[in-house]
Amino acid sequence: MEQILTIKKLAKYFDTKMVHEDVNFSLIKGETLGLLGHSGTGKSVLLRSIIGLESIDRGEILYRNQRIDNLTEEELFSIRTKVSYAFQSGALFDSISVFENIAYPLFEHTKMSEQEVDAKVMQILKIVNMEHARELMPSDLSGGMQKRVGLARSMALNPEILLYDEPTAGLDPINVEMVLEVMRRFKEQGFSGIFVTHDIPAAKKICDRIIILDKGKVRFQGSVADFDNSNDEFVKTFQIFD
Amino acid sequence: MLSKLKDNLILVGDIFLFFKEFVRCAVTGPFYWSRLMDQIVHLGMGSLSITIVIGTVTGLVMTLQFGFGLEKFGGTLYVPAIVSISLLRELAPIFTSLLIAGRIGSGMSAEIGAMNVTQQVDAIRALGTSPIRVLVVPRVVATMISLPLLATLSGFMGIMGGLVIANVEFNMPPGFYVNKVLNTIKLADVFGSMFKCSFFAIVISILACYRGFQTKDGTWGVGNAATWVVVRSSIIILISDFFLSKILILMFG
Repeated sequence: MEQILTIKKLAKYFDTKMVHEDVNFSLIKGETLGLLGHSGTGKSVLLRSIIGLESIDRGEILYRNQRIDNLTEEELFSIRTKVSYAFQSGALFDSISVFENIAYPLFEHTKMSEQEVDAKVMQILKIVNMEHARELMPSDLSGGMQKRVGLARSMALNPEILLYDEPTAGLDPINVEMVLEVMRRFKEQGFSGIFVTHDIPAAKKICDRIIILDKGKVRFQGSVADFDNSNDEFVKTFQIFD
Repeated sequence: MLSKLKDNLILVGDIFLFFKEFVRCAVTGPFYWSRLMDQIVHLGMGSLSITIVIGTVTGLVMTLQFGFGLEKFGGTLYVPAIVSISLLRELAPIFTSLLIAGRIGSGMSAEIGAMNVTQQVDAIRALGTSPIRVLVVPRVVATMISLPLLATLSGFMGIMGGLVIANVEFNMPPGFYVNKVLNTIKLADVFGSMFKCSFFAIVISILACYRGFQTKDGTWGVGNAATWVVVRSSIIILISDFFLSKILILMFG
């Protein structure tokens, strides 16, 4: 099994406040990894650290056995085309349309013609069920729609790894299913993902393995079955939300 | 007191590093030409009407005041020279720059600040692009192009305003007024004014972009950033104007 991403002894502090003390895990090619933990355990910070939006204080992050935590901002650009980040809020550029938001990375990183970009954007919009919103501005969209467009934008370059930061948070059940379906399709194409969530049923539906963070360390790591059968008192606090 | 001084020195150092990064990105590719054009239209064309009004009114008022003041000593003939030189060298660059600091500087920092607090700046980075290249370079370069042109236009409008008042209030023939103006102002005055404005443009836009990137604390932070930029850039413009004027006088007389 090919390890596509490895986190070794990662530590992160905000001033003197410890967020991560000793985080270790690997992401295997093609799998979706669920990242759970109580609020404030640094799940989103971990995702941001992986693509270099946050610096780390200790440890190593390896993408395809290449260390990426010590790269400069410009060196990280090529990594960020392969490891993409779907923001919790969508983080859409609010002064441009849905189409332009999704076309942005395509124009920046590919040599596609305008017609090819147009076709690609429509293809992605179809995946997230948002073809009708092509010319709308982000302010015209609901929260769930913004998340789906954000997800579409992060998929535009066909990244190898997609980091999902609570993509189902605050959505109604129909939208949750829609987002999970998008994630499932992405997974079926052989791509990997890390899914940060508080939604345990969603994590169990989509993830191959689950990791639980607590007090700056990985407290649990195992398959969904291991998670279900765990007798650890701490893990049980997550099972009750299932 | 010492810690405040230290904080200010750190701030100056940070801004200098930010400026250095801007220069690095501006002289190496890729360069976003379409964004630059958008910004020139937004910053330059958007400020056109207010610049024309300010320039014209300044010329009208100055000619009126100098005209009546000098009339008592029989010095009305000197009005075109005084008005044109003071407009071109000082008033047009300063007024236009202060106007741009208020109108554009605050808007720029608020826009980038709002993008920062809504994670749009992070999104630019996460999509493998540089926020400095995408947001800062087009804005700073557009301000550097627009502000000197606006100030020159403002000065020209002021001189034209002066011509009207000189003719209406002091019966000065337009031909005489224009002749006096052309004999007074030199090309160095125009270029000196443009040089000053380019410097002010860098001050305004770099401070605005820098503060935008530092914005946190939600909407309060966005408003605060806008105020910070207007106050700081206005002070720097006014103080540096003295030194720049001194240098230009030493160089060109």
